[in-house]
Amino acid sequence: MLGRIYTHLDGLTAIVLFGVGFSLLLLDKNLLKKIIGFSMMDSGIYLFLASYGYIESRLAPIYREGISDASAYVNPLPAGLVLTGIVVGVSVTAVMLGLTVRLYEKYHSLDMDEIAEKIRREGK
Amino acid sequence: MSMALWQNLPLLMIVGALMCAAVSSVLKAKAARAVMLGLSILECAGMITLLYFTVSLGESFVFPMGEIGAPFGNELRVGPAEALVGALLALVMLLAVVGGFQQLKRDVRENRTPLYAAVYCLLFAAMVAMTFTNDLFTAYVFIEISTIAACALISARGHGQHIFAAARYMIMNLLGSGLFLLGLSMLYSLTGHLLFPQLGAAVRQLILENRYSMPLYLSFLLMTMGVAIKSALYPFHTWLPSAYSNSTAASSAILSSVVSKMYIFLLIKIFLRAEGTAVFARRIDDVLFLFAMVGIIAGSLHAIVQRHVLRMVAYSSVAQIGYIFLGLALGTREGVAATVFHILAHSAAKSMLFLAGNELRSVSGQNDTFPALRGAAKKAPVAGLAFLVGACSLVGVPLLGGFSSKVFLAQAGIGIGGWRMYVVLAEIVLSTALNVAYMLRAALNLYRDGETDAKEKPASNWPLNAAVSLLMALTVFLGVCGSTVMDWIQKGIALFV
Repeated sequence: MLGRIYTHLDGLTAIVLFGVGFSLLLLDKNLLKKIIGFSMMDSGIYLFLASYGYIESRLAPIYREGISDASAYVNPLPAGLVLTGIVVGVSVTAVMLGLTVRLYEKYHSLDMDEIAEKIRREGK
Repeated sequence: MSMALWQNLPLLMIVGALMCAAVSSVLKAKAARAVMLGLSILECAGMITLLYFTVSLGESFVFPMGEIGAPFGNELRVGPAEALVGALLALVMLLAVVGGFQQLKRDVRENRTPLYAAVYCLLFAAMVAMTFTNDLFTAYVFIEISTIAACALISARGHGQHIFAAARYMIMNLLGSGLFLLGLSMLYSLTGHLLFPQLGAAVRQLILENRYSMPLYLSFLLMTMGVAIKSALYPFHTWLPSAYSNSTAASSAILSSVVSKMYIFLLIKIFLRAEGTAVFARRIDDVLFLFAMVGIIAGSLHAIVQRHVLRMVAYSSVAQIGYIFLGLALGTREGVAATVFHILAHSAAKSMLFLAGNELRSVSGQNDTFPALRGAAKKAPVAGLAFLVGACSLVGVPLLGGFSSKVFLAQAGIGIGGWRMYVVLAEIVLSTALNVAYMLRAALNLYRDGETDAKEKPASNWPLNAAVSLLMALTVFLGVCGSTVMDWIQKGIALFV
């Protein structure tokens, strides 16, 4: 059992990170904490992709003189996916932070419930 | 295989939309609006060309992106089903902008209009790419692009409540795309492929060898959950009402009719082309079925208690999304075909309801409660008629699109037999009754005598009238020629490999 946990340690860490981030994003009232949760959630997925994309004892996917066998290298695609994912994550975080700044300027609060309450009062 | 000239269209359409997004952000407001209209018209023409060729030739084609072919390269794939859904969504986007044009000028400040045009073009690119892509990860990237674009469309009016609605939309959608990405990563680590044909073959092989059945199931479940959240399946709909009902008319129509639908079409591709149906079918699991059932009833019940007509229309979307997932949950090709048809019928009807509803609200002094809208159909006759037709279509009055789609869904339900057949049929009857209760009540309320104030008649809004007239024609077309359209859909689904 312990051995199996050890071999899948990175996968488990990734799932835990994802779970913590997901719960933060879903349940926390604070907008900034939500954004932190989103970052954690995404990092979990990147860790998952990166760790399963790496095969021990293989080379980085950069051609080396004399080694033309493709099975000597790891697949470059997972790393490419992680990079794309990071770019997407950064832009989404920027948009979320922008919205948060606008909301804070207007309502002087980061608490979702408090902002909702202020908007409701504003409407009346 | 040599390429015909028209087979370059899918790529040109995506790149064209992206370039328009870049260009329109630095233009003046008037020019930016022109770019929006021009791009939409060109994209519609492109989609219709693709539809014509794929349907008349009865085949699909693959467009490889760059020199590296499968299984490593990226590809676009177009068949009759993709072209049909793409054509209708493009048409709805065009009509949403035309119909919401005057309100757009009023609601979105002059200096923000170029940015609005930019995100609109981005959304167009995302829609075309998501419909045509043959690669799961590309689909994910465009999911995120469309999330950001949709968020900007919601917050375009720029008041506190719109920004708050956009933030809530964003949070729920990030949860959805997180789940989708996790499912995608798991599937990739199991199969080693991202292109649909290779992915489907690998999944088939795994099922045959009976390996990794639990992780496989989990990865498809995660992706389905992700799409369910992003398209507001009950009970993940909490972001929907304020996002749909408060935005400017064009935004509401686009969000309700295009954005949620393109996610669902992607899910259909995952189900059929990556063998999701086979994975689900091995474990008899009625979770999705149950969610759809609850969603149809709960969405309608929520709609009934609303005091604002536009919020009511927004909640009815929750019920309609339930219908769409119901077809998918049946797990048969007929069910999926009925789902695709319902996507078309609902997009046409819902965009019309939002455009007309927004116009009726503005002729009634920006107030959309039931008493305020009394007699609004007399002040804006075309919008009133459009609202009535849209409501009738959702209820399922014969000769309109919604009727055909309910018939197809019932047929698909009868096809599976067993207890689920009775549940589906009972559900359709019950939800039709509920639909009558709120949709027709709202539509008929428009024709009641209101207080006759001596104000001058509001100027007629001709772009809106033209747009909703076309949408009415489209709804009638889907109702009258339902079986022809269904034939195209089935042809397209048969080509899904």
